[in-house]
Amino acid sequence: MTGVLEPLLPLFVGAPLLIGGLLFVAPRHHLLRHVLGMGTLVALASGALALVVVTADGTVLAHQVAIWPEGVSIPFVADAFSSLLLLVTAVLSAVCFQYLIASGEARSPSIASFVIVLAGGVGGALLTADLFNLFVFIEVMLLPSYGLLVILSRRGGMGGSRLYVTVNLLASTLFLAGVGLIYAVEGTVNLAELAGAADDPVTAIAAAVCLAAIAVKAAVFPVHGWLARTYAATSPAVAALFSGLHTKVAVYIFYRISAVIFEGEATWMLAILILASVTLIVGAFAAVGEREIRPLLVFQMISGIGFILVGVALFTPLGIAAGIAYMVHHMIVMGSLLLVASAIEQTYGSGRLDRVAGLRTREPLLTAAFVVGALSLAGLPPFSGFVAKYALVLASADAGQVLVAGVLVVISLVALMSMMKVWADMFNGKRHADVELLAAEARVRTRAGLLDDDPVDGDDVAAEAEWAIERHDPPRGVQPADEDPHDHRGTRIPVRLIVPALVLAGLSVALGLGGELLLSLAEQASVGLVDTSDYVRAVMGE
Amino acid sequence: MSLALSIGVLTAAGVYLVLQRGMIRIILGFVLLTHAVNLLIIAAGGVSRREAPFFGGDTSVAADALPQAFVLTAIVIAFAITVVMATFAVVGRGDDDTEPDHPEPDDSASSGPSAAAGGVESPTNSGDAS
Repeated sequence: MTGVLEPLLPLFVGAPLLIGGLLFVAPRHHLLRHVLGMGTLVALASGALALVVVTADGTVLAHQVAIWPEGVSIPFVADAFSSLLLLVTAVLSAVCFQYLIASGEARSPSIASFVIVLAGGVGGALLTADLFNLFVFIEVMLLPSYGLLVILSRRGGMGGSRLYVTVNLLASTLFLAGVGLIYAVEGTVNLAELAGAADDPVTAIAAAVCLAAIAVKAAVFPVHGWLARTYAATSPAVAALFSGLHTKVAVYIFYRISAVIFEGEATWMLAILILASVTLIVGAFAAVGEREIRPLLVFQMISGIGFILVGVALFTPLGIAAGIAYMVHHMIVMGSLLLVASAIEQTYGSGRLDRVAGLRTREPLLTAAFVVGALSLAGLPPFSGFVAKYALVLASADAGQVLVAGVLVVISLVALMSMMKVWADMFNGKRHADVELLAAEARVRTRAGLLDDDPVDGDDVAAEAEWAIERHDPPRGVQPADEDPHDHRGTRIPVRLIVPALVLAGLSVALGLGGELLLSLAEQASVGLVDTSDYVRAVMGE
Repeated sequence: MSLALSIGVLTAAGVYLVLQRGMIRIILGFVLLTHAVNLLIIAAGGVSRREAPFFGGDTSVAADALPQAFVLTAIVIAFAITVVMATFAVVGRGDDDTEPDHPEPDDSASSGPSAAAGGVESPTNSGDAS
């Protein structure tokens, strides 16, 4: 079984790159692009599922690309950790691509290609066991991302995209310099040959340069500011896609380098623990202060990065398992919440907490997705957040870091607070006539192809709002309002925009109820990180 | 020593330019920074051995081929990204913090909607080109 699968590992990269490239030159046929794009992503997810099943017993698959001898070739490796993340990223890409199709954004000619190439780059970054090759795959991930940012940035400004490119390029350059330094010291960039190399302080510093670059990409505390600016400037669905892929791949690399090269060396892990704790505190409090839904969620995401990194910083078997479980939970829940925000922003043209109101009575499905996401993010049972957070708090206390355990609990309450803020303003508030005008204005803009800061004709907007109120009946089970005619008629968010968020919310419930499955997968993944000898043996072909 | 000094000077100049506001200067800064890193990788392979590593040459004096392969790859990637960044410098409207290369006449009031429509089109086209 494993002998058959190993030579297929490069397909996780090669197939998406090839199909993505072919779609660029394919005739301008929406359906073909949508079907091929979705087909590729679903195939990637099924392949990753097969890998998860095969590696669940601790097997490590390794393939020396082009059958060069071990140590010379570029190895592709799949262990339980990379397979699990490969599966989650593929599922997230598919769901976000479904949203892009539903919202019509995927009709731009190159969107499908970009998403597929991005998924291919993610596959490469997760599977490669060579630091320089890792740099190449990070760039393969970034190039289509730049394209997505530019094409789908609805506000017309390039400011966010320029910032994104500049920060990421700077981080990549730093990473490359770190790889060069490691080569200078050790004479190799093969991860397996570098196992435990950080015993030598010079190598440790060279590897720390790589870790610093990765920390920029993962948005760890002192270098997290760029994330909120750039993710808020792009299309909301793209922000959901990036949140699941880019920062989490960076976190994966962080885990891998910490485990293989540093082998959990105490001094470095203490530094990471402090940075992670500050990140989760700063992110959570920054979120409370935000007035728009998307920056609020992005700061919650930064806080989540802190939670995940606490796992690796503890470097106990339980800590790493809890961190990985939290990573899986966080990717899914954050994707769900950002897609909820996407649906709101797409329909109402604004994500400002003080402008959109009263979604609770009108949008039962969207409200359900949001409530599941919000409670899961805060860590309440029976959702996946409870399982992951409980394990993480337990691991911190178990490792003697009682202070960190306390911080985790308190910060979860702060996260709940910012979610309550969204609930109180956007969902629970009373719907008023301005909300309808806002939605009408968004539709007028979309129809005329105007950007967010272009002036629109007030009469057009008023006519559009009238039309929507005439046209749409109140939702079933709700009596037309007595006092306010705008209460329950008018714009509704289309169901097709809500379904992707609901799917991810459903996954969060499933992982919460089946917490045993989530934890056992994470535990299996952590075994390969705590003891890297299997990984090394597979890569070196011994 | 000269290699180390070159890397230092290139890095310093690159960092200085990246911290400027104009996109063109940032791009030039990155060009210098990537040159610095490429030299660093070449230096990592050692520069004292310079003979060709093939055609039965003496391996004790042959140059390390791996850093050169790294640098070749890195140059190609840096070139591609420079092109993407150059695209970013010219698309979009003048609402960023970057300085215009030449002062433009103020016609934004008269051509609002049409200029906006153009603004939607041009990123799409440039994205395809990249």
